[in-house]
Amino acid sequence: MNGAHDLGGMMGFGPIAAPPSEPVFHEKWEGRMAALAMTVPGDWSIDEDRSACESMHPAKYLKTSYYEHWLHGLEFLLKKYTPDSSSPMRPEDIWAALTARRSYTRDVQTPAAFTIGQKIRVRIMNPTTHTRAPRYVRGHVGEVVKIHGAHVFPDSNAVARGENPQWLYTLRFTAKELWGHASNDSVMLDLWEPYLEPA
Amino acid sequence: MPHDGHGHDDHSELSPIALRVKALESLLIEKGYVDPAALDVLIDTYETKIGPRNGAKVVAKAWTDPAYAKWLKEDATAAIESLGFTGRQGEHMVALFNTPETHNMVVCTLCSCYPWPMLGLPPVWYKSPPYRSRAVIDPRGVLAEFGVALSEKTKISVWDSTAEIRYLVIPMRPANTENLGEEELAGLVNRDSMIGTRLAGKAA
Repeated sequence: MNGAHDLGGMMGFGPIAAPPSEPVFHEKWEGRMAALAMTVPGDWSIDEDRSACESMHPAKYLKTSYYEHWLHGLEFLLKKYTPDSSSPMRPEDIWAALTARRSYTRDVQTPAAFTIGQKIRVRIMNPTTHTRAPRYVRGHVGEVVKIHGAHVFPDSNAVARGENPQWLYTLRFTAKELWGHASNDSVMLDLWEPYLEPA
Repeated sequence: MPHDGHGHDDHSELSPIALRVKALESLLIEKGYVDPAALDVLIDTYETKIGPRNGAKVVAKAWTDPAYAKWLKEDATAAIESLGFTGRQGEHMVALFNTPETHNMVVCTLCSCYPWPMLGLPPVWYKSPPYRSRAVIDPRGVLAEFGVALSEKTKISVWDSTAEIRYLVIPMRPANTENLGEEELAGLVNRDSMIGTRLAGKAA
């Protein structure tokens, strides 16, 4: 979805204003919100959660803070799903839940279509649902620098069409390719095979 | 006087967003979905236990132990796990070693993906439109705002973490730190140097 969350390359937002340090939560409600979002026993995936946050109206998304996006996301998901009240997370469960080892890699039968060093183009596409291919790389050519194995595919998982694992690649794009800059800088992105086609 | 008390039942000073979160929390507690004591523990965990000191330990070890640095380059997830740092938003790790030739910097233009087990929850600027929009198109301008001026010869690689791979920048070891131990070195590693928007600190 071409939403306001897809910010790469936009202009006009002003200075970054980064203090060297700041509190983890600036207001009490931020901590409560973060904790709610991470403890409600809901049967949704991280991709569906991101998609829910992105469903805010673009003007509102840009005007509100991170944890307000989370509030919108959680409210959206709670309208759709009924959480499981049989075993709410207890204080003694928190550490294990936050430090549990998880993996998004999955076994697949098909071999990777692309190889390291190959030049690949990101497809020109405009999906109306969740995707992790930012607008600023679509149509551009990058070079495969790493193959990560097959990972859960957000575009499917966010719309409850299952994990549908796909090969995941890191591609390097030159600043010249993306922005027309005469510099040696580059941007690296992790992109799934369905986003990509031979250049 | 209505506003001089600090009673928990007086919500008149709460902002609309704080009231809304409070209402949601009350509803979720009532339904039996969440335990307020568990929320307290989660907040305390990210405020006091999971933060950039973890990442600094990884960096200091990489600076002092070549075998560890090699492992970190080859399999950062396992190398970082060996120090006890695992979990949510750090499931698949890649370590990016800064060198005089290449400076690495991390952003998530689409949301605010960040390696939580090593750096804690992200600062406001990392999650906000100015950084997320400009990091990919104007990394040198962004670094200048952080007071970092790199040589023209240093190439910048900006990593837009669009998948579940999380990136930890290993900043260059500051000069004249040969005599420092791992713990003192970890003290020179600031959070932003592990995002790639600042350099590691100077030796005192």
